[in-house]
This record gives sequence, C-alpha cells and structure tokens, in this order.
Amino acid sequence: MKSFNLFISILVLTGLSVTSLFIGVSDVTLSSILSDAEMRYIFIVSRVPRTIALLLAGSALSVAGLIMQILTQNRFIEPSIAGTTQSAGLGLLLVMILAPATVSIFVKMIFASLFALLGTALFMLILRKIILKSALIVPIVGIMLGSVISAITVFLAMYFDLLQSLWAWIYGGDFSGILQGRYELLWLVGLLTLFSYWVADNFTVASMGREFAINVGLNHRKVMTMGLSVIALTTGIVIVVVGLLPFVGLIIPNLISLKMGDNIRKTIPYVCLSGAGLVLLCDMIGRVIIRPYEIPASTILGVIGAIIFLYLLIKQAGYAKH
Amino acid sequence: MIVIDKIKKCYDDTVILDNITTTIPRGGITSIIGPNGAGKSTLLSIIGRLLKADTGTINVSGLDVVTTKSDILAKQLSILRQENQFNSRLTVEELVGFGRYPYTRGRLTAQDDEKISQSLSFLNLLELRHRYLDELSGGQRQRAYVAMVLCQDTDYVLLDEPLNNLDMKHAVAMMKQLRLAADDLGKTIILVIHDINFASTYSDYILAMKKGALCYQGGPKEIMRADVLQDIFDTPVRIREIDGQLIAMYFR
Amino acid sequence: MQSIKHFITLTERYLTPNRRIMLYGAVALALMAIFMSVKLGNNLQYILLRRSYILLTMVIVAFVAGISTVIFQTVSNNRILTPSLMGIENLFVLIQTVAIFFYSGTTNSFWLFNIIKFAIETSLLVLFSLLLYQWLFKTVNYNINLVLMIGILLGELFRSSSNLLQRLLDPNEFAILQGRIFATFTRATPDLIAFSAIVIILIGLLIWRKRYVYDVLALGRAHAINLGLNYQRHVMTTLLLVSILVAVSTALVGPLTFLGLMVANLAYLLAGSHQHRYLLPTAFLLAMIALIAGQLFLEYGLNMSASLSVVLEFFGGIFFIYLILKRF
Repeated sequence: MKSFNLFISILVLTGLSVTSLFIGVSDVTLSSILSDAEMRYIFIVSRVPRTIALLLAGSALSVAGLIMQILTQNRFIEPSIAGTTQSAGLGLLLVMILAPATVSIFVKMIFASLFALLGTALFMLILRKIILKSALIVPIVGIMLGSVISAITVFLAMYFDLLQSLWAWIYGGDFSGILQGRYELLWLVGLLTLFSYWVADNFTVASMGREFAINVGLNHRKVMTMGLSVIALTTGIVIVVVGLLPFVGLIIPNLISLKMGDNIRKTIPYVCLSGAGLVLLCDMIGRVIIRPYEIPASTILGVIGAIIFLYLLIKQAGYAKH
Repeated sequence: MIVIDKIKKCYDDTVILDNITTTIPRGGITSIIGPNGAGKSTLLSIIGRLLKADTGTINVSGLDVVTTKSDILAKQLSILRQENQFNSRLTVEELVGFGRYPYTRGRLTAQDDEKISQSLSFLNLLELRHRYLDELSGGQRQRAYVAMVLCQDTDYVLLDEPLNNLDMKHAVAMMKQLRLAADDLGKTIILVIHDINFASTYSDYILAMKKGALCYQGGPKEIMRADVLQDIFDTPVRIREIDGQLIAMYFR
Repeated sequence: MQSIKHFITLTERYLTPNRRIMLYGAVALALMAIFMSVKLGNNLQYILLRRSYILLTMVIVAFVAGISTVIFQTVSNNRILTPSLMGIENLFVLIQTVAIFFYSGTTNSFWLFNIIKFAIETSLLVLFSLLLYQWLFKTVNYNINLVLMIGILLGELFRSSSNLLQRLLDPNEFAILQGRIFATFTRATPDLIAFSAIVIILIGLLIWRKRYVYDVLALGRAHAINLGLNYQRHVMTTLLLVSILVAVSTALVGPLTFLGLMVANLAYLLAGSHQHRYLLPTAFLLAMIALIAGQLFLEYGLNMSASLSVVLEFFGGIFFIYLILKRF
C-alpha cells in the first residue's frame, strides 16, 4: 500500500513534468522536436531546464519549510514567514548595489544565503524574547519581520533606482527566464534536499528540545546550525535563480502531515513530490491562462497558497473550540 | 419582582439551563448557589440581558428584558460580571462615573459628582479615587466595580461572585455594605455566590441550582439543612447553629 | 522604564488633555506651513496648487488612519487589530480591480461617473467586510491571535488576487502594479479630494456625536449593555463607518498598513485621557504630524519623495513587533 501510494505520486509528477515540457508560447511537439532544429533548440535550452528548475525548487522549498517547522516547533512557519526569504532578497540587492552586473551568480548566491542565515537568526532571537509563545504569535512576528526587511530592501532599491529590476528579479518568482546555463545552481538545492532526508532523524530529535537531545546524546547546537544552514542555502539559491515563491514550504508539509502524520523519514519523499507538483502546476497554469503572455508561478501560488493556509488555520480554530 | 418563565439555554448539544421558572421577590438579598457548571452565571447573565435565552421570558418589575429598550432597562437593573477586562486606563473615579451614563449620556453634572462621591464612600474608596485601576489590588478593583454598579442607582443589582479576590476583612465589609444597600436604600440585590455560609448569614432568599435546573428555593432556614445541601453539592455537610446563624461544616 | 513612567506622570499633571491637543495642533500647523513654503521656486502658482493637493490628501489620510483605527480598536476591545491589518484596504483594492473588468473601455473622466463608481465600490466593501468579519469573529470565538493571523492572511489573499487580476488584465504593465502596492500621496485628483473631504467630514461629525458612546463601548460588551447601549447596533455602525473611511483613504492613496496602528497606540499614550473626545483628535493630529514630517524629511533630506509609504512600513513593522513583545 505504502509503495503503491509512492508509485502513484511519482507517476502523477512524471505526467505533469512531461506536460510541462510541451506547454509554452512556441508550439513544441514531439514531432517538431525531431524535425525542426529550432524547436529542438527551444526544447533543450528552455523547456527542459525550466521543468527541472521547477521540480528542484518546489521540492527543496517544501523540505526547507518542513525543517523550519520542526526546528521552531511551530506548524505555521516557513522561510517566507520568518524573514528568511526577505533577508535573502536584501542580500541579493546589496550585491547588485555594491558590484553591479559583473559579479558571478555564485557570489550572489553566497550573499543571499548569508543574509538568509542572518535574518533567520534574528527571527530566532526575537522569538526567544517572547515568553508565552502562542502558536500563532510566532508566524505573526515572522510576517512582520519579513515586511520590515522588505521595506528596507524596497527603500534601498528606490534610492539606487533599482526598483524595477528588484521587482522583476526578487519578487518575480518567475520561471520564464530559466534557460540552460542559468539554473544549474539549483542542482545544489537538490543535493541539500537529499542531505536533509539523510539526516532527518536528527532534526526530529532536536525538535524535542535541548534537554531531550542531550539526553539521547545529540549535539543540539550543531543540529540546529546544520538545519538553519540548509534552510538559508536553499532559500538563498532559489531566490537568486527564480525569486520568491511564497507558501510552498508551509502548505505542503501541513497537508502531508494531515494525511500521513509526522514521521519525517516517512513523509519527506511525499513532501518533495507534492512540493514539486504544486510549483510545477502553478507555473503551467501561468503559462496557459493568458497565452501568449505568462503569469509568474509566484503570483498564482500567492492566491492558492493563501487560500490553503486559511483553510489550515480555520481547521485549527475548529479544534481549538472543542 | 423578577419573574422568570420557562428559561431554556443550550450551547451546541449541552443543556445549560433547563426550563427555569421562578419568581425572585422584590427587596432584600437573594443568593444563587450551586456547584460549578450548574448554570448560575448563565442565568444571571440572561436576567441582565447580556445573554439571550433560547426560549422563555424574564420580566423585571413588569419590563421584558429582551423587548424593553436597553437604555430604559439600564435605569432599572445593573449587572456586574466576574471578568472585567478592558484596555482603557481609568481612575477609580472615572470608572464609577460611568455608572451615571444611563442618565447623563456622558456629560456629568454636579449632582452626578455627588452620587459618585456617595458610591465611593459607601465602598470606602475615597482615598483611592484618583488611582488608576491597574495600580490597585484585585480586591480594591473589585470594590471599584461594585461602586460603579451602585452608582448606576438601579432598583435591581445583579452581582456575579462579588467576593472574588476579597480577603476575609473585605469580603465581610462588602457583604455588610450590600446588606446596608438592601435595607437602607431599598435595593433588590441578587448574587451568585460560592460561599454558602455567606449566603446563609446575609441572604433573605436562596435559589439553589444543579445541572441547569432549579432544585431548591426558600429562606436560609429551608436551604441550610444537611440533607438539602448534601443533595445540591454531592458532598457530606453538617449544619451547626452559631450565634443564631446556620453554618455549614463540610471541610472534613 | 521607571524614569519614563515618572516623566509621564509629571507631564500628566501639567499637560491637561486640552492643552496637549493644542500643542499637537500647533505642531501640525507649523509643519503644514513649512510644507507649503519650503523651496518654492519659480512657478509659484503651480507649485502651491500641487502642494495643497498633496497636503489635503495627507490630511484626509491622517484623519482616516487615526479615527478609523481608534474606533475599530474600541469596539473590538484590543490594541493590536486595525482595519488595515484585517485586510480591509486590500479588499477594497481587489474590489476596484474586479470593477475594472466591468467598465473597461468606458474611460469616463466625468466627475459624476467617478463618484458613482466610488459609491458602488464602497457599498460593496461595506457589504463584504460586514459579512466577512462577522463570520470571522463568530467562527474563531474572539481568539485575538487567530483573528489577527486570519486577518493578515486575508489581506495577503486579497492583495495577491488583485495582483493576479491586474496581470491578467494587462500582462506587461509594471507601473500599475507598483502604484497599487505602494501608497502614493501624489496621484489624487482635485475632484476626488473634494469628494473625499465631504465624506470624511460627514462621517467625522457622526463619530464626534458618538464620542461618549465610544467611552462606554471601550469598557467591553458586558459593561456597555449594562449601561444601556444597544451594543450590537453600535458595533455594526462602527464597522460600517470604518469601512467607508478606509475606502476613502485607499481610493486616494492606496493601502497603508501600519499608520493607523502606530498613531492609535501613540494616542493612547499621549492623549492624557481615555476619553474619545481627546483620543480622536490626538490620533488625527499625530497621524498628520507623522505624515507631513516624514514627507518633509524624505523630500528635502533624502530627495526621495515617493518613499513615504515604504518608510512607514519599516517603522510600523518594528512598532508592531514591539507591541507584540510587550504584550507577552
């Protein structure tokens, strides 16, 4: 039964991926790839990279969200609700200000990830100041921290007249610019996801608290640092390559947990597959809805994500009542 | 006189009040007693129109509490609940001044100031009148709230656990003041009260509730009986007469 | 902290609420005078006219932010929730965006058309917000944290929905998006300003007549009913008035998330009284001071006149986190 579920999930995702390869402005079909050199070029340079990027970003962000939820012991948190993503954006903007144009994507990634780490650390520090941690105060504080950091970013962008490129770049969440040679960094994110899967149990133990972790002989601090680094790197890379993708890291782990419980080692594969599927689906909707124009995946994700998040919250309210 | 007729109240599937019918006489102190969850506070809130009953009616000296305009009722009856949380930072005097709102709509006259001072002195709050509520102890605050409803100068005063937060000295003082308000000012006071010995020694009339129903009512002599209290509270009770007062012993 | 408290009690003695209002009013007037007279340049008439439009816009927005937040917090009996944080502004933007679908093409600039359009959109906002927030408060049983979280998310949902709709309408337009996301104080037209001024004066008078009622409502539901108020009716009319005010401000400049939260909480601290006849003018004047002073600083200090709403977002967010930390 278990492997059957997994099999079905993989099958559905494969179906979506293949469909994604043949959706877009140009009419790429199986026969035109074989016959037409230009179509073959589009297919290899644009469609394949785009689909791979979608799969990698979607699954990595969902897993990053899951890890964040485990480490903060709060279901309603994810990188874009903890100031992490916004901090990565700020880092990226600073690179654009300090070293325009010439700087390599690798440097951008380092900066973005470093700021993501700092932003998350700031968030954790603020959380420590809240003594009575109600489950909802944590995401509320995170959202506000995020908007404060965004305000800094936007202000700087205005000052240096970079607002338009900032908008397109950071708040785009747009896969239409993905081409061969501009997305390969995302493979690193894939590796990080695999790594997370490998050390999943450590995160679970760390989430039980410092005392518990020490008791079973786990270096709590080390695991926390490791988890936060994975989150920061993932967020930083994704924002450099595709931009902001809100809510994925929140809704996917929550939906999976509702269906399958909280044994992380068991659920991570499903979190990956569903996250990839959701982002892929949003991007495909964006590609077909007003052809020949495109709507960024993040715009659609913003609507769908907010609705699902609301559903999760109200469902929780239903529990709280009784 | 308060006429309570077939009052029913449910939350979801739980019955809170089950067909309550009774009459509370005019004048004196009436105490409502009963175990936790008996529906005492709910009944008091419905009499004070803070809650709506599912069915049934309540008349307070001829006025139906649901259909009568709220501002007219506010001159007939006042109600104080247990929890009184709000954000405004008020002094004791300002709070008590709100008791005059039904008459003045917020514009206080010299006559109102007189009433406010009376209420303050009635509850021994004159020295605290300029202090802010958040600077007071729980007991002082409780007295300030009671002063406010007394300042409202209504014939009927409903109080939910007025002895909450009060130590022995202040609890006795509060009950004495309420007795005074009933005897000298002719008020009808209805209390929800946990301490049955206070109920016994200060009330003229007692209503006993259990599981949403009215199970006994009468003067202290009729309620302060071992078999009756045992039935109400599900716990062994002995009754002793001390200085002419009936006292329940249930501690051990 | 102790010395601050001491300072406050000291000033309380000398500064009666009336004197405070005069003080804030004087500061606001002085700032207005500076705003109108600094660096006038050659084209005097044009510049004065343009600045008076901006100034009037700021006065209207300050009025809405201060007044609507204070009365909203009074009836919802807390100091964190605000109309903006509940997503009402973004709901109005969404309604405006959807409305574009229906009269696309009819680019009618006739003022009566604009007013009818505004009236329809505002009625829709009032209707939706009443339904939505009544449902919300009923569903979640007055758990303030949950209401706040759902409010923020609803705002996010409305924002991203209008974002999506605008992309659908005009896939290439960046300027529209930007205009909707950041509030701008420079785009209001004279007829819209005049119309808004009339609306807020009327609503202001209604609220001013109820200033003593709001003092009682601030005590909470049970006390308000005990003192003879028709609580339900007052809450509903307040939500109605708040929705109209928010619609006016959002139509003029766009969403401003934190201004109301900041000035309302500062007003509780600085009005020197809990009474709404002092709180309401204080909140209004403080909002005006914040807006004009901020604009002056940004325009002449940093030469960035367009960034006021972003700066407000920055300070507002920090202020909000401070409020949350203080509460726990």
